[in-house]
Amino acid sequence: MAKNGLLINYQYCTGCHSCEVACKNVLKLPRGQWGIKLLENGPWEVTPGKFEWDYIPTPTQLCDLCADRVAEGKKPTCVHHCLSQCMEYGPVTELAERMSELGSKTALFIP
Amino acid sequence: MKKEWKSKNADGSYTVRTCGWSPPGEHPVGCGMKLTVKDGRLVNVEGDEEHPITNGRLCVRCLSLPEYVHHPKRITTPMKRAREDRGQDKWEPISWDEAWDIIIPKINQIKKDHGAESIIVFGGTGREACLYYYPLAFASIGTPNVSQPISGWSCYGPRCAITDFILGAGYPEIDFAGNYPDRYENPNFKLPEYVVTWGKNPLYSNPDGFFGHAIIDMMKRGTKIICIDPRITWLGTRAEHVCQLRPGTDTALALGFLNVIINEDLYDKEFVEKWCYGFDELKERVQQYPPDKVAAITWVPEALIIEVARKMALAKPTSIQWGLAVDMNPNGVQLGHSILALTAITGNLDVPGGLTLGPPSSLLGKWRMETRRNLTDELWDKRLGAKEWPAVGAAMATTHPDETLDTLETGKPYKIRMAWINSTNVLAPSSAVQPARWYKALQEMELIVAQDLFHNPTTMALADIFLPLPTFAEHNGVVITNYGRNAISLGAMNEALRVGDTKSDLEVCMELGKRLHPDMWPFESVQDFFTSQLKPELGIDFEGLSELGVYQPKYTYRKHEKGLLRMDGEPGFNTVTGLVELSSTLFPNWGEDALPYYQEPPYGPVSTPELFNEYPLIMTSGARKTTSFHSEHRQIDTLREIDPYPVVELHPETAEKLNINEKDWVELENMLGKCRMQAHLTPTIHPRVCHATHGWWYPEKNGEAPTLFGVWDANLNTMIPHKTIGKLGFGAPYKQMVCKAKRVESSTIEN
Repeated sequence: MAKNGLLINYQYCTGCHSCEVACKNVLKLPRGQWGIKLLENGPWEVTPGKFEWDYIPTPTQLCDLCADRVAEGKKPTCVHHCLSQCMEYGPVTELAERMSELGSKTALFIP
Repeated sequence: MKKEWKSKNADGSYTVRTCGWSPPGEHPVGCGMKLTVKDGRLVNVEGDEEHPITNGRLCVRCLSLPEYVHHPKRITTPMKRAREDRGQDKWEPISWDEAWDIIIPKINQIKKDHGAESIIVFGGTGREACLYYYPLAFASIGTPNVSQPISGWSCYGPRCAITDFILGAGYPEIDFAGNYPDRYENPNFKLPEYVVTWGKNPLYSNPDGFFGHAIIDMMKRGTKIICIDPRITWLGTRAEHVCQLRPGTDTALALGFLNVIINEDLYDKEFVEKWCYGFDELKERVQQYPPDKVAAITWVPEALIIEVARKMALAKPTSIQWGLAVDMNPNGVQLGHSILALTAITGNLDVPGGLTLGPPSSLLGKWRMETRRNLTDELWDKRLGAKEWPAVGAAMATTHPDETLDTLETGKPYKIRMAWINSTNVLAPSSAVQPARWYKALQEMELIVAQDLFHNPTTMALADIFLPLPTFAEHNGVVITNYGRNAISLGAMNEALRVGDTKSDLEVCMELGKRLHPDMWPFESVQDFFTSQLKPELGIDFEGLSELGVYQPKYTYRKHEKGLLRMDGEPGFNTVTGLVELSSTLFPNWGEDALPYYQEPPYGPVSTPELFNEYPLIMTSGARKTTSFHSEHRQIDTLREIDPYPVVELHPETAEKLNINEKDWVELENMLGKCRMQAHLTPTIHPRVCHATHGWWYPEKNGEAPTLFGVWDANLNTMIPHKTIGKLGFGAPYKQMVCKAKRVESSTIEN
């Protein structure tokens, strides 16, 4: 069976934190625990006036890729609620192909 | 969308489809969601994937809605407090009948002894109350005095007024295919080649009904971004160009763009010839703003000004999304005028992918203004500040905000005796400037009624009667983008549950109105009211809208060619000349220049160089976070985990000189006031500029006076002057003050 994962197109992640809170709702996590955590790289100057500034949501060991939701035919809650729609769920082999379509600033996670 | 909007689940719970609008959350975007209720509790919020604009997406404010709805500190029954106990936590729960028995005789007595104008209704920005606090004043109480207590009416009002004066139309919004059920795929839509975000960060602010992440949708399809902002935002790092300008110099930049576009002959000659008035005068005026001079004023490099101007003119279409920076500027009328001129002369007005225009008002937006008919002309003439500020008086149905404070303080031209505060936290740094003056002046009121969901600094300091509001999950309603000034979508708000004994804005209007002015309120129920609004234009009743979920009115482009903008049905714009007034025929009547011009911010390196030596940072403010809607949400733990404290952004070089490190508490101070925030060091802000976040108070601090939930600790509005506004009465310098910064040990200012 193909292993599933999360593709993050972090070119478009605006750092809105929806994935974190949606996930906390499903996993019922308290303050200080996350099923997915937004990491921030930057902002730092690459060349004058040009900045690197990325938000990268990173699934943690608590993430079960929303097994219950997926069994009901729904998307994982982070993917469903992502304001930028920059997250995709599916078999990693398919997501890897999708990554090459999207080009730069993509990451694939298997939590 | 599915017809069924309420469904039962196997576990005994039920799910209701609805569209959101603060309280709590946001402007009238109407984000689609499904609310699941079990045993009287909201247990789940799920984005509605069928919603044509939000597609299932939700922000953290709606995702934490159950925490807000069932918060232990929420007030869900009317409360009263003796006038002498203002500022103390000595509240007593009462019934609605008891509340009316206190309020109604007082209103009647004041009306009889002093006239209805002695009562004032205050309303805030963006919440659902925006539709109802005008009718509350005009048609339920019967006073002409409605006030948004923000200096220079610096929120949305100026942009609406400028559009009314220059184009004679409703609110201009960038075309994001919001009117089409099939959205970006619709053949009538054209993707903007450039979206220019000007003094706005729509991703986080979802302004006035625009779903901010539609910008991302369009970027994925190929739209390029130009940001005009003193800060390089995250969006700025994805933009083709960022004009990082000195705060408050926007009008010079706009005139510089016009200079390049006109002098290089890049404008749409056919549109200018057919539909614009005063082009030659504008051409002459912009000669005063060559790019090299503008570069020196704005800090934006000359070459960049020229390049951006050319791109805006040559790309088809270009859509400029103007932001709050247009309003919060004493020179903002000229900025708004210039931006509309830029859009018009480049042929981007009311075209696919350009700037859409709504009618002046429609649906509920129209009704709220028409309730004014309850007032006699004599009473209407008593509206505070309308004569002194005729442009504000003509465009807005409110008092003049600054004049209102003067009246509260002086009792001239007459004494205000009762205040009704609906959904505005006047003392917190979200609207009023010089909040200590408002605090003192409002203490003179004989009765203060407040409508809200939690105690906040304003209700704790001032209210005598607290009337609890339900959240949007707890009542029926209609959410309409731009409050009806450009209705891109209309959503059904369906009551999913009701916690405690609350009444919505409309329910309060109706209950009070039926007792005091019954002829204005012939509706049997809330649903009956909405049906009366919807039926004439949409042909459906409220239940019909609930079944529809979202209604997207059909949009017609180039309305000026088709006679759809003017009352007389003739082609053209609904202005005095029938044209886009590049030179205004109205402004000179009010003592203002007919043409846009640049004026320096009232404080800063050019206007007040000596003061700037003492206060060497330019303080801008007001950028939004995803975790709050102005002063809402400070008590929501999930959101405070993400953004625990107010933040001041400083450039690392500036911070180093001041010995300030990341997360240090910093005191900002100027000649008017001070506030404390946590430092965030970032190279995306100019070394001579800092950005202070607004809307902060601390529900965890003592609520009683003088602490008032720490309302004075992060109150940057203490640092902004009263009545330092533009000639027409619009625009205060919220985003371009001066200050100094120093490291301190805590969040609390000791007095």
